[in-house]
Amino acid sequence: MLAFPDLMPALPEIFLALSGMALLIFGVFRGEGATRLVSYLAVLSLVVAGFLVLRVVPAQAVTFSGLFVVDGFAAFMKLLVLLSTALAVIMSLGFIEREQMARFEYPVLFLFATVGMLMMISANDLMSLYVGLELQSLSLYVVAAFRRDTVRSSEAGLKYFVLGALSSGMLLYGASLVYGFAGTTSFEHLAELFAGGQEPSIGVIIGIVFVSAGIAFKISAVPFHMWTPDVYEGAPTPVTAFFAVAPKIAAIAMFIRVLVGPFGDLVAQWQQIVVVMAVLSMALGSFAAINQSNIKRLMAYSSIGHIGYALVGLAAGSQEGVAGIMIYMAIYIAMNVGTFAIILCMRVNGRMVEGIQDLAGLSKTHPMMALALVIFMFSMAGIPPLAGFWGKFYVFMAAVNAELYTLAVIGVLTSAVAAYYYLRIIKIMYFDEPAEVLDRPIDRDMGMVLTATGLFTLLFIFYPAPVVDAASRAAATLFAG
Amino acid sequence: MAEWPILSIITFLPLLGAALILVLARGPAEVVARNARWTALWTTLFTFLISLYLWFGFDRTTAEFQFVERVDWFPAFNIAYHMGVDGISMMFVLLSTLLTLICVLASWDSVKVRVKEYMVAFLVLETMMVGMFCALDYVLFYVFFEGVLIPMFIIIGIWGSGDRRIYAAFKLFLYTLAGSLLMLVALLAMYIQAGTTDIPTLLATEFSYDMQFWLWLALFASFAVKIPMWPVHTWLPDAHVEAPTAGSVILAGVLLKMGGYGFLRFSIPMLPEATEYFTPLIYVLSIVAIIYTSLVALAQEDMKKLIAYSSIAHMGFVTIGMFTITTQGLQGSIFQMLSHGIVSGALFLCVGVVYDRLHTREIARYGGLVNNMPKYALVFMLFTLASVGLPGTSGFVGEFLSLVGAFRANTWVGTLAATGLILGATYMLYLYRRVIFGKLVKEDLKALRDLSPREVLVFAPLIAIVFWMGIYPSSFIDVMEVSVENLIQNYEIALDRGAVDVDVVDAAATVDQAAR
Repeated sequence: MLAFPDLMPALPEIFLALSGMALLIFGVFRGEGATRLVSYLAVLSLVVAGFLVLRVVPAQAVTFSGLFVVDGFAAFMKLLVLLSTALAVIMSLGFIEREQMARFEYPVLFLFATVGMLMMISANDLMSLYVGLELQSLSLYVVAAFRRDTVRSSEAGLKYFVLGALSSGMLLYGASLVYGFAGTTSFEHLAELFAGGQEPSIGVIIGIVFVSAGIAFKISAVPFHMWTPDVYEGAPTPVTAFFAVAPKIAAIAMFIRVLVGPFGDLVAQWQQIVVVMAVLSMALGSFAAINQSNIKRLMAYSSIGHIGYALVGLAAGSQEGVAGIMIYMAIYIAMNVGTFAIILCMRVNGRMVEGIQDLAGLSKTHPMMALALVIFMFSMAGIPPLAGFWGKFYVFMAAVNAELYTLAVIGVLTSAVAAYYYLRIIKIMYFDEPAEVLDRPIDRDMGMVLTATGLFTLLFIFYPAPVVDAASRAAATLFAG
Repeated sequence: MAEWPILSIITFLPLLGAALILVLARGPAEVVARNARWTALWTTLFTFLISLYLWFGFDRTTAEFQFVERVDWFPAFNIAYHMGVDGISMMFVLLSTLLTLICVLASWDSVKVRVKEYMVAFLVLETMMVGMFCALDYVLFYVFFEGVLIPMFIIIGIWGSGDRRIYAAFKLFLYTLAGSLLMLVALLAMYIQAGTTDIPTLLATEFSYDMQFWLWLALFASFAVKIPMWPVHTWLPDAHVEAPTAGSVILAGVLLKMGGYGFLRFSIPMLPEATEYFTPLIYVLSIVAIIYTSLVALAQEDMKKLIAYSSIAHMGFVTIGMFTITTQGLQGSIFQMLSHGIVSGALFLCVGVVYDRLHTREIARYGGLVNNMPKYALVFMLFTLASVGLPGTSGFVGEFLSLVGAFRANTWVGTLAATGLILGATYMLYLYRRVIFGKLVKEDLKALRDLSPREVLVFAPLIAIVFWMGIYPSSFIDVMEVSVENLIQNYEIALDRGAVDVDVVDAAATVDQAAR
């Protein structure tokens, strides 16, 4: 007779799922014009969920018969996911109203995707991992195609769906191989199985490879990144902003947990895979973006590059590496959300523009926005004293500590190459003459998001301790026990 | 007064000025420009005056770091906000504050568009430069070292004068960034070995010979690009030609010294065995730089490019003097860096004077200026002769000491470097003759006015310092003497230690052999 599972650790997920369903019903009955209210309520429920993660959920617990785990690492990553989702919903408000796609299902789908993401981060078993992954993915497939009347958006959603389903299938196949050759899908039991340096059978290793391939798709690491530029370009811009932050954080948290937890003692087996993915992602992210003229595609390649740097931290396989990834992702949210907030302000005569050349002369027409974009671009290039430098600092430190010197050198060299296209955007803003002036005024919500993320990126150097210490403590919980 | 964090004040006061300009300058363009200029002037003036306290309050009898400040920054990682100066870095701080003040004055009339952003960029640049020289923590040093790229990129790109300015700005940025990123990897490796990024602690840490080899190369990648050494010097002529006058002044005056300072603070004291191993490489590259770039300068038709190549040649002397690790060589190289900062900056200002009037840097467009611009001719001559190294000017002391050091180390190196003196005289005097002497025939030249009072004010302190350094150099040598001796002593001790280890191993092996 199974005991009733302890629900306290899963309270945020349960709350979000219930509020998602409640908002869905509310939206149906409210009818027209419900979207803005539903969005605000969605943000509120995300805030409440954040509070639950921070204060109500126990620090360390396993529940649902070992399928669900909470620890410091999960709490940190969940807070990042909740924050980025809330910011994405806020940023979407103006856009969806202007583009006539304001349906209340939009924020509700975001909520369901978030539930899936939280589930992924807390997964303690390959099965619950898959459940969370699918919940997130299915919601995201739909929002990618949310602008159903345009070809680009429908194409993006369909592409995402087909390739995503394929990768989920690969992940499931890998999970089944692991189950077949190890006898269990539970992370704890797998960890016990491989502790003590027992040689894993070849079936398990192939299983790990397939699982990694499936997860690599979700984080858009090379060579499973092909969907990223097209889907990012085709999806509505606030959806792209969401794609660039929240699912990536959830997926990389999942990747970390899978590799460090059950397969933690098999570092020698999977380190090579992660190193290769990191090198290829950094290289592609820096070279492929050079020729782009659409800013959303450029951001897609830029995010591939950033994931490459984050994977450098994972390749180190150490606690410092994981802490480095967490700091990197926290800073990455700020930079990316800020940049997308600016992209969302790029309108000429009410029509959205996406070309990089449309930013020409922005320093003369919108000086404050140009200043914010300069901060974000230098930060993404990793130039001190901006925050992006510190993210790279920590992951490279972890890599050097693990004696992955070649990886660190490749990392810095690709950084220099990537700096070129970030500088090109700055050059277009500051050195070129303005062509068409972007519309003003900027929405107030957008202005607030921009100011907050810009200040964080600029001032991180003066007071980094909260983020850095929190990440170090959280990483320690993953490696303890 | 000793309790005040004076180095932090000097470092961050310009940043405060920049923030004030950004936030407060509002209204019609004329008003904004005027306010920006005056705010920048007052800020840089105050910063310079406060930095003079460093000169008067400096204890010249000790090699210890002075005016030290330390605040925990990343306590979990042993990285602190640690500032301090010693005999080597103190004068560079003063050079930075003085030259920024001069640049603000020099740009008064010549920058007419976006004056607010221009002044903000220069003030941020000053913060980065001063911070770099004062930093006693490797991470802090790195942040400031890289940080100068941001304002420099903007200055060259927006207010640059040529059509290749964007190319030049990108080249400067990416070239320097690539080198610096390699230094970052070296920084991380040293940090992991030593457990801290504190520079005084790192100075006392021993690194294994193999590790030193790679670390030295990584640091070399960064500093060689900055100095710049041949063959990674190609960014400099482009950057100088395309930059606005004040941008060139600060680039030649201070930014180039950052590379030299890096060698002095990091490569030589922390990696002594690798330094000894790579010294021949430095000599070869420096000699090639001196002779090759001097010959290239001879062929130039653009004034600024000529002086840019002369900068590379002068920095060749600096690197030779530095790597002899002798008293005269090191003192000469530091003195030469200070002198070159003033003289090169002044030469670029001279070019700027005529460029403001005629808007061309082509030498062929000029000639016979002595007739209607006698004050200018005098000033130009003074700095030309200082650049050539005439005794009585600062250039002589620096070059002489560097050459003495070079001769002590290796006669061939000294001889070949000395030929650079002759070549230096050649191209500078050739330039001077073509621009200043001769008959005044061109119509547009006849209308040029001589130096205005503001321009005289800009040149006066530089002339005074050149003569002070040339006639009474010991006031500057005294400042650096003890720190330089300390550097040499530690270097020799470290090398002896390495030699002793080898001897011990040899002796042990001999005993082993005998025992068999």
